[in-house]
Amino acid sequence: MRHIISILLENESGALSRVAGLFSARAYNIESLTVAPTEDPSLSRMTLVTSGSAEIIEQITKQLNKLIDVVKLNDLNVSHVQHLEREMMLIKVKAPVSARDEIMRLSGIFRGNIIDVTDDAYTVELTGTSDKLNAFIASFDCDSILETVRSGVMGIARGSSALHL
Amino acid sequence: MELSGAEIIAQFLKDEDVEYLFGYPGGAVLHIYDALLRADSVKHILVRHEQAATHAADGYARSTGRTGVALVTSGPGMTNAVTGIATAYLDSIPLVVLTGQVPTAVIGSDAFQEVDSVGISRPCVKHNFLVKDVKDLAETLKKAFYVASTGRPGPVVVDIPKNVTDPNIKIPYSHMASIDMRSYNPVTKGHPFQIKKALELMLNAKKPVFYTGGGVVLSNASASLRSLVQQLGFPITSTLMGLGAYPSSDEQFLGMLGMHGTYEANMAMHDTDVLIAVGARFDDRVTGHLEQFCPDAKIIHIDIDPSSISKTVQVDIPIVGDVDDVLTTMLELLKGSDSSSEAKGSDSSDGQALKDWWKQIKQWRKKNCLRYNKKTKSIKPQFVVEKLHEVTQGDAYITSDVGQHQMFTAQYYGFDEPRRWINSGGLGTMGFGLPAAMGVQLAHLDKTVACVTGEGSIQMNIQELATCMQYQLPIKIINLNNRYLGMVRQWQEFFYEGRYAMSYMDSIPDFVKLAESYGHVGMQIDQTSDVEDALKEAFAMKDKLVFIDFITNREENVYPMIATGKGQHEMELAPDSELV
Repeated sequence: MRHIISILLENESGALSRVAGLFSARAYNIESLTVAPTEDPSLSRMTLVTSGSAEIIEQITKQLNKLIDVVKLNDLNVSHVQHLEREMMLIKVKAPVSARDEIMRLSGIFRGNIIDVTDDAYTVELTGTSDKLNAFIASFDCDSILETVRSGVMGIARGSSALHL
Repeated sequence: MELSGAEIIAQFLKDEDVEYLFGYPGGAVLHIYDALLRADSVKHILVRHEQAATHAADGYARSTGRTGVALVTSGPGMTNAVTGIATAYLDSIPLVVLTGQVPTAVIGSDAFQEVDSVGISRPCVKHNFLVKDVKDLAETLKKAFYVASTGRPGPVVVDIPKNVTDPNIKIPYSHMASIDMRSYNPVTKGHPFQIKKALELMLNAKKPVFYTGGGVVLSNASASLRSLVQQLGFPITSTLMGLGAYPSSDEQFLGMLGMHGTYEANMAMHDTDVLIAVGARFDDRVTGHLEQFCPDAKIIHIDIDPSSISKTVQVDIPIVGDVDDVLTTMLELLKGSDSSSEAKGSDSSDGQALKDWWKQIKQWRKKNCLRYNKKTKSIKPQFVVEKLHEVTQGDAYITSDVGQHQMFTAQYYGFDEPRRWINSGGLGTMGFGLPAAMGVQLAHLDKTVACVTGEGSIQMNIQELATCMQYQLPIKIINLNNRYLGMVRQWQEFFYEGRYAMSYMDSIPDFVKLAESYGHVGMQIDQTSDVEDALKEAFAMKDKLVFIDFITNREENVYPMIATGKGQHEMELAPDSELV
């Protein structure tokens, strides 16, 4: 099963490589991983998407907790937690005159923003669940996509419960 | 007090009461060595190879329970130390390894003797640090000692660039008594509800067995384990790493379990209904084929490391906590319960079942699975170990290398006290024995220390004979020389139709002359009848290192054996022709 794990870790050099190293050393999956400092500059917030059986996910969270740089973590895919997740994508597509209306229409439907326009290409910014981004990509002909860049998933629990110190 | 980085290190080690620093100088640590020489703080032991520095610090730590400390230079100094660091990591030994590094200004430029020490050591340390500023040095060292020695212990590497130890940059220093880390708060106390639940299950068990490991030794829980096991009257078996925590000579002890464990221990594991795992980690050498591991058992697991629990085997009642703390709580609960005043064994609510269980175990014991033919002319390695026990009255500190001699020592020495059996269990590092023995001997100057080894393993760190001479370490080296890499040969005999690919050692040195060339005493023994006298003679030389080269039976095998992929009950015992 797919799990989103939110991690607060010390904002120190090497902290990211400890997490990445753990996953490769123990042959766990990483689907996506995103990390940036929080409002407290001494802490980074990481969102890690992985998959595995319940036993493997339990080991993953235990092994992550064992890393000295990990201050705190939450598995967002457990029964008592409801969560929100978002991923951001920038997608650059070919935009010949004949296609421009359709790109704008699709962007509208998916609530994307066109953030760069040139003679032959548009860049669309889109935020949502991974499924939504996939659906947007699928609505284009492969040949017309010049480039995509995705942030990886960010997750947060619903309500007032929060991952903080 | 205003000190340079190098002086801070020297002063810090003194303030932490570090007794010995095992090390080897080099370019990146010259400032540190200069400060050490002038500070007269810790005693520095100059090894002959950095791997030995980490093994010696490790041996010191295993035999004392204190943190072992090593100092090596950057680049090859650090990479040589890695095997010792990984050895300590796999067996959860508290170690602080200080590694020199090129100056911060040139890190990343492929400078002379530069390696990414933090990157290389990351997968085999509990934690590591790169100190980029002398202002962080004292606090980082404090953190390193704290992390290494608390929770589930382990090695910590502190990488120190040369400019951080610059003698011309002095900053105020004062020793911190303790340190808090927001991201590191190891659990110590077990959950009371879980402990109670476990005890209830234990008291209702019909065929219980204790399975104890290195965690008991690390937690100094030997006394509480002995009380609990004796009060309950349950059988107990131990892993390779846990030997000595419970006395081998006690009637309730079934011997070691696992691949080369005793028949009775492995059969009891297979048939048990309540398994009490204490400070053990269900290693593959213990469990055998996982599907067939303890098929009928409810499993209680006490361990300080949550990630050890249900890692390979799902357990029914996990207790995360310090082993000694949990066992002590169990003892208190037992005291409070009504039945505690009755005779031994009756704590179990089903005394008759326990009696039947012991009856069954006695049947298994009758197999006498460690029997071997003692009347051969050529020397049996088992016989040497048994005689070693006799001559040292079972009171020696014994280190070993890795292979058949290690298993024979575990099976036949009979350890009665914890921290006496010093071996590389998890990583299985050949070359560990001699340098580890140096650390043990330094920690226990007036005690008997022996290193049981083989002609393969001993040559992996033979250069340390020089260190032993320099510091007058009267270690006794028991070399079980069968002219084969014995364990490799055994596997080739069993699983490769006797094709001995590269397991035969040619050009073996004359160990007597070799020992003598370093200034030690060498002996060679090739008759069974001479074994005892030779050992007596060697151990009578209290102030000398004696290297005894025992020419042993060439194709001796370690039995019993559970082949890879087999269940615990599918042991192979020594063929009858071997027995008398």
